Amino acid sequence: MKNVVQIKEVNSSIKNRREFLKISGLTVLGSGLLLSSCNNDDDLILSPNSNNLTAKYGQGHFPGTKDGVFDLGAGDLGVLTYAYALEQLEADFYTKVVNASGFTSNFTAEDQQVLVDLYHHEVIHREFFKTALTGALPNPKKQLLPNLEFDYGSLNFSSRSQVLATAKALEDTGVAAYNGAGRLISNPDYLLLAGKIVSVEARHASAIRSLINPNSKDFAGDDVVDTTTGLDVKKNPSEVIAIASGFITTTFTALYLP
Amino acid sequence: MNILKFIESFTNEELMQSKGSRRDSFGKISQLGKNLALASIPFGLSSLTNVAYAGKIKPTPSNPIGALQLALTLEYLEKEYYIMGLESGVIPTGGRDEKVFMQISDHETDHVTFLINGLGGVGSPNFVEKPTFDFTVGGAFDPFNHYPTFLALAQAFEDTGVRAYKGQAGNLISAPDLLTAALQIHSVEARHASEVRRLRGLRGWITLNQRGAGMPEATQAVYNGEENIIQAGYDTSSLFGAEAGSESYDEPLTTDQAVAIAGLFIV
Repeated sequence: MKNVVQIKEVNSSIKNRREFLKISGLTVLGSGLLLSSCNNDDDLILSPNSNNLTAKYGQGHFPGTKDGVFDLGAGDLGVLTYAYALEQLEADFYTKVVNASGFTSNFTAEDQQVLVDLYHHEVIHREFFKTALTGALPNPKKQLLPNLEFDYGSLNFSSRSQVLATAKALEDTGVAAYNGAGRLISNPDYLLLAGKIVSVEARHASAIRSLINPNSKDFAGDDVVDTTTGLDVKKNPSEVIAIASGFITTTFTALYLP
Repeated sequence: MNILKFIESFTNEELMQSKGSRRDSFGKISQLGKNLALASIPFGLSSLTNVAYAGKIKPTPSNPIGALQLALTLEYLEKEYYIMGLESGVIPTGGRDEKVFMQISDHETDHVTFLINGLGGVGSPNFVEKPTFDFTVGGAFDPFNHYPTFLALAQAFEDTGVRAYKGQAGNLISAPDLLTAALQIHSVEARHASEVRRLRGLRGWITLNQRGAGMPEATQAVYNGEENIIQAGYDTSSLFGAEAGSESYDEPLTTDQAVAIAGLFIV
């Protein structure tokens, strides 16, 4: 695999991203036509179908490594790659949770059942995106997001409260991410797939919240569901990546996602 | 058929059976509607007129307005159901269940208001009126006197809501703000569904097409199709089996399917 994944401070890419957005904004104003050729030139090996894909998805910014850093790309494939990154994080987290020593003694039977289910679901989501993107990307060898690396800092996987609090944050973030990303998807089939996954993430968030505080309304608490509109949280990719990057040590950029 | 015979022909016990052939399920209830229509004849033409339209709310058009109209009808249903539940006294007071259903009721009420505004208000030509609901389905259910039945129908409504909103996503793709709002309601319905299922002792997610222990056979239509394990060509059962694979994805309901389910409770 030629993708070079650099391990460095995540914030540096956020800074780069802001700078780049300024520049690319000008580019858009200057010439929309140029936009399709301003990125990923070295990765964009044009297969016979790629022109169709570009026409279909309205952009030429495929996921891929640019100047040594992987960018998630634009349009539907960018959004799917973004989702793949989040599912990698969730899957990795629950894999560590259920394999941690003392899992069966630190958690109640109900906790364990929920956490094992979530481990299964998130690993399935991750492998689904890997397979789907491998099929949809014109040149998956270069354009498929590599396996990310994670660091949970001082998180104690033997601590029920810490694990459940982290699970709650991850699931709520997942819900917000898919809710915010829906409008960025132009292919109805992809939109439906995102919809099939987000409600399961919301079911997870609810269950984790009710494990933490069962005798309450926290399963759909006022901290996530607006008390006037009844609407759940939503976040743009840049907001979500800022949160998720607390756990992801692999540097990547999202230059073409809002 | 007179009304007494009709009631005899359809006992609560039969409906509440958790095992048995799926074949009857909602088809049987539709038949019930027809029987009820016939049984109502002696009570006058006006009631016949009403009942003859039982289950006949129209499928909404496949566009953003239609999506909101269907959503509003489903939210009307949920809103009224929870308000009636809370007022009836069927929900045990002072504990978890009451907190849960007060929160859910608040959300459904907010959703109704939000969707009416989204359709342009009550004066808008796109506005749809609240139908008249019969949550007993002609006496077959007793949700406001029998708490297990109340919980079972709540689960069916929430799981239906999740699937129905999902089925409308494609109709909203041309209206990004409405799509986003619908997704934000969709995930709230899923949070509700998970909690109601857990209150009933089930998992928060749907395994295969299982409606779950204690669910009336009549609710099977809410779960049919959930057993899907192929997502965009990927076999989700390949790693951990079909149960985990099916749980990982919720499936949509078409407009017609959602209308058929909601229509059972509309007179």
